[in-house]
Amino acid sequence: MSVMVKSEGVHKSYGSVEVLKGIDLEVRKGEVFCLIGPSGSGKSTFLRCINHLEKINAGRLYVDGELVGYRQKGDKLYELKDSEVALQRRDIGMVFQRFNLFPHMTAAENVMEAPIQVKGVSKAAAKERAHHLLERVGLGDKARNYPAQLSGGQQQRVAIARALAMDPKLMLFDEPTSALDPELVGDVLDVMRDLAESGMTMVVVTHEMGFAREVGDNLVFMDGGVVVESGDPREVLNNPRHERTQSFLSKVL
Amino acid sequence: MTDNPVQKDTAPAAVPVSKSPEAIKAIPVRHYGRWVGGVVVVALLAGLIYAFSEGNINWQAIPETLFDPSVVKGAGATLLISVLAMVMGVVLGVVLAVMRMSKNPVVNGVSWLYIWFFRGTPVYVQLLMWFNLGLIFEYLNLGPFYKDEMTDVMTPFMCALLGLGLNEAAYMAEICRAGLLSVDEGQTEAAHALGMSHGRTLRRIVIPQAMRVIVPPTGNEFINMLKTSSLAYAVAYTELLRATSSIGSRSYAVMEMLFVASIWYLSLTSVFSVFQYYLERHYAKGSSRNLPPTVFQRIKANFSGTRNGGVSV
Ligand SMILES: Nc1ncnc2c1ncn2[C@@H]1O[C@H](COP(=O)(O)OP(=O)(O)O)[C@@H](O)[C@H]1O
Ligand SMILES: [Mg+2]
Repeated sequence: MSVMVKSEGVHKSYGSVEVLKGIDLEVRKGEVFCLIGPSGSGKSTFLRCINHLEKINAGRLYVDGELVGYRQKGDKLYELKDSEVALQRRDIGMVFQRFNLFPHMTAAENVMEAPIQVKGVSKAAAKERAHHLLERVGLGDKARNYPAQLSGGQQQRVAIARALAMDPKLMLFDEPTSALDPELVGDVLDVMRDLAESGMTMVVVTHEMGFAREVGDNLVFMDGGVVVESGDPREVLNNPRHERTQSFLSKVL
Repeated sequence: MTDNPVQKDTAPAAVPVSKSPEAIKAIPVRHYGRWVGGVVVVALLAGLIYAFSEGNINWQAIPETLFDPSVVKGAGATLLISVLAMVMGVVLGVVLAVMRMSKNPVVNGVSWLYIWFFRGTPVYVQLLMWFNLGLIFEYLNLGPFYKDEMTDVMTPFMCALLGLGLNEAAYMAEICRAGLLSVDEGQTEAAHALGMSHGRTLRRIVIPQAMRVIVPPTGNEFINMLKTSSLAYAVAYTELLRATSSIGSRSYAVMEMLFVASIWYLSLTSVFSVFQYYLERHYAKGSSRNLPPTVFQRIKANFSGTRNGGVSV
């Protein structure tokens, strides 16, 4: 099984507004899969469907061969219990545009929280691991700082460490650098590049075309809730075939 | 900070230090209004003090009864019923708040109804209802578990506890709901994305952050409770007011005993205010870059003459 995420005709509506209109794509294990597209095209929504923060209305979504959020018996679908959904989410790390660190915990406590609470790791082991991970994202000396005492770039790197602490097999990034001052973007992208090199499967929603070109193995351009164009990032970014892709790229490049 | 060597490069280097300008010697604006106001207020205060000193007050009775065993016991009962009713209010309030935010319309509706009734009727009326429950139900019958005469169950203590606690829960529910709503949705999402269950997310992530919003008004509620508990007088619960009043009517020192009660109420509320300050400080953890100094830190700073911010009281 070399496919990590498989999306078959995924539809998602909010009320009467259809946001995803049939997404078909495959993310292979170990690859960096980039999602680009104009604001409101449904990129975040799709990402949130992958770890069942949003329920899909039609289609099938599999992560590592397992149906997300449901169990299929014959041709009937059964919704998973909250605890079963939580079990699936353990293996999927997510990094948000606005960091969403827990403000009442220090950087180290943020990283330790889920391993202790969810996996039952001992406090000492979690602490050692947290320091390791913070070291890895270049924040070994910030373990005792609260999020409010860190810059945006530092907060986002803590958020990455927090997700890694659960040893995920898949990492989702939702515009991880969009809320950052330009001079802080590089540090976060460096960490993501390292992560990609270590073989992590990553789905990255981004406006950093340089990152997509350099690190991406595959790229999808979404617009209006559909996949317009996909392929090798260098190929798509250099020679977009669709008019919508061309006009989008002419605006952002 | 001023002698910090790092800052010296920010000082403009090329300002000519010619003759220093002449110091200003201006006549300050005279605030006559302030003086007049001050004199009037002091005169009124003096008049008030004089009136009391001339009043028919047996001042002796106050220190004599302040620590009378029955008064101390009454103060203890006030504190006890306030704490217990408050605990009941907080616990039930959290439950009602979570129910109120439930997507289940029945659960949500029950919570709404509860708040509607207990907030919409005077607590005094509620106390009297518990007190007189025996008039309509002779027995408390909980099926196979418990059966007893209502008048045996509804002791003055139980009436006071239920009356004050259940009423408080309605207020606490609204305070807790506001606190829970104040926590950013991204926090819940981040916790869920890490595989944390609803319960754990609530307990570990949402509630600790909501506490920052919940604690200050809860402190006010408790101070209110210390005073509102005097209504338990009406259900024959011997708290501070009842204890002092009974001495008052026996010894014809009604006003004097009300003074004694007031001194106790003021002491209880003052002590709690200090406690509340530390509680708020605890839940401010991580919320701002610097925590406000504690009273002791401020005093220390005043004496050692450091000029760091937050010293002025
Ligand atoms: N919770 C929601 N309720 C209603 N509409 C939503 C909600 N979340 C997103 N949308 C709508 O879905 C569309 C796609 O949003 P999103 O996935 O965030 O786009 P993108 O991330 O590509 O900018 C937008 O039009 C947005 O307004
Ligand atoms: Mg988005």
